[in-house]
Amino acid sequence: MITIRNISKKFDGHLVIDGISATFEKGKTNLIIGQSGSGKTVLLKSIVGLHDIDEGEIYYNDIRFDTLDLKSKKLIRQKIGMLFQGAALFDSATVEENVMFPLDMFTELSRDEKLDRTNFCLKRVNIINANHLYPAEISGGMKKRVAIARAIALNPEFLFCDEPNSGLDPKTAVVIDQLIKEITEEFNITTIINTHDMNSVMGIGDKVIFIYQGKKWWEGNKENILNSNNKELNDFVFSTELTRKIKGF
Amino acid sequence: MRILSAFEMFGEYMLLLKRVFSKPEKRRVYYQQTIKEIDKLGFQSIGIVTIISVFMGAVITLQTAYNMENPFIPNYLIGLGTRDSMLLEFSSTVIGLILAGKVGSNIASEIGTMRVTEQIDALEIMGINSASFLILPKIIATVIFNPFLSVLSMMVGITGGWLVGVFTGVVSTQEYIDGVQYAFIPFYITYSLIKTVVFAFLITTISAFYGYRVQGGSLEVGRASTQAVVMSSIFILLFNLILTQLLLS
Ligand SMILES: Nc1ncnc2c1ncn2[C@@H]1O[C@H](COP(=O)(O)OP(=O)(O)OP(=O)(O)O)[C@@H](O)[C@H]1O
Ligand SMILES: [Mg+2]
Repeated sequence: MITIRNISKKFDGHLVIDGISATFEKGKTNLIIGQSGSGKTVLLKSIVGLHDIDEGEIYYNDIRFDTLDLKSKKLIRQKIGMLFQGAALFDSATVEENVMFPLDMFTELSRDEKLDRTNFCLKRVNIINANHLYPAEISGGMKKRVAIARAIALNPEFLFCDEPNSGLDPKTAVVIDQLIKEITEEFNITTIINTHDMNSVMGIGDKVIFIYQGKKWWEGNKENILNSNNKELNDFVFSTELTRKIKGF
Repeated sequence: MRILSAFEMFGEYMLLLKRVFSKPEKRRVYYQQTIKEIDKLGFQSIGIVTIISVFMGAVITLQTAYNMENPFIPNYLIGLGTRDSMLLEFSSTVIGLILAGKVGSNIASEIGTMRVTEQIDALEIMGINSASFLILPKIIATVIFNPFLSVLSMMVGITGGWLVGVFTGVVSTQEYIDGVQYAFIPFYITYSLIKTVVFAFLITTISAFYGYRVQGGSLEVGRASTQAVVMSSIFILLFNLILTQLLLS
């Protein structure tokens, strides 16, 4: 479980995250939704400590994270897997080397054991026969899946995904969403996902937090999101002509 | 793009170096990285160093020969002139400037690309000190390997001078060899190698610094790479002056 209390983050005096509190539960897919530029990526990076927050508290299980020294932070980070908006695979390494990298750095496993684990993770995300290809040689959807494999290589307790299905066709997007949901439930991970895709929200939104201008504007789940009276949320959810008609705006 | 005063830049540079020289996470992986960097930054520079050195040695020989109209000046001074030019200045400083262009831009653009595509964030999130992991192997590789490049340049340059001298008939083999051996000061080689090591450190750290602090996209990566080459070159020239005063006076 991850808890954040009242966190704020400024860039050059400009408030990007404005006092957000929330709890993210274990074994659930927790979604952060909002318009482009609303602060989703900054929020996610603040929670994992890639940005230092200006105010507030961050707890991983019951450990206060934001005030830890770098060494203790590193220990928690080894339990974190993260999928970046652009996959962030290491260009100079093959698919196999990418997934094996965390194992190389943080385990004392033998080469065969590492290879087994790598192939297990790759198979879990349906990547087969691509071990020796470089990131430049595989498609965008495959990159995301390899990045998921890398993120789960060390059996993380916490999984962060920044727009896991942006730039993918609707069908592949659903596959990736379902994959993340399955992995989350299968390994009882605390998963936080940034998205602006309503399909994802309706598909895997166990818990949904709507961010508007850096503030938490609404919180709920996929069942009650369609019946909300929150104006900004409705503007976001029912943004197309068709959906607005159905809703009767 | 932030505009920082020279002092702030220097402070940032020193802070980066402090992170670079902190204890490595896993020695074996660092060792493998260093081997890779020696290949990429060292071995792959052998070609350009050889070509440039052979031509420069040849040109210096011809210039010395054609400037010595006076029949009382013995011909063996041609060999001596080529030797000392290569040893004192060419194989350290000029090769340093060439490598600043080749290796420096390579380092800055590689690290800069890793920054803007979130690969550096991916390393940090795994709990790896990205500064040390990415930069230390490059420093070790160039500091160890560049002296070999420098010695290679000396030998090839002197050989180039001999070849063109004999071919054009401005000097005989015997005279040239006499000149190369005449009044030889072994300390010049030490002086040259000291400079080479310092320049290697400057090129690698300055270029890595510019790459590491990139913000934005590919445009900024290109700009950082240019800045890296310019600043490395300026500092090579500055340290050339300082080291010459310190070592030869
Ligand atoms: N490193 C930074 N320095 C300064 N401002 C930043 C930085 N990173 C983000 N911002 C600003 O913070 C705001 C929120 O950006 P963020 O990347 O979190 O948006 P987002 O919700 O993830 O959008 P998208 O859906 O397009 O990815 C933007 O106005 C952006 O300009
Ligand atoms: Mg984003």
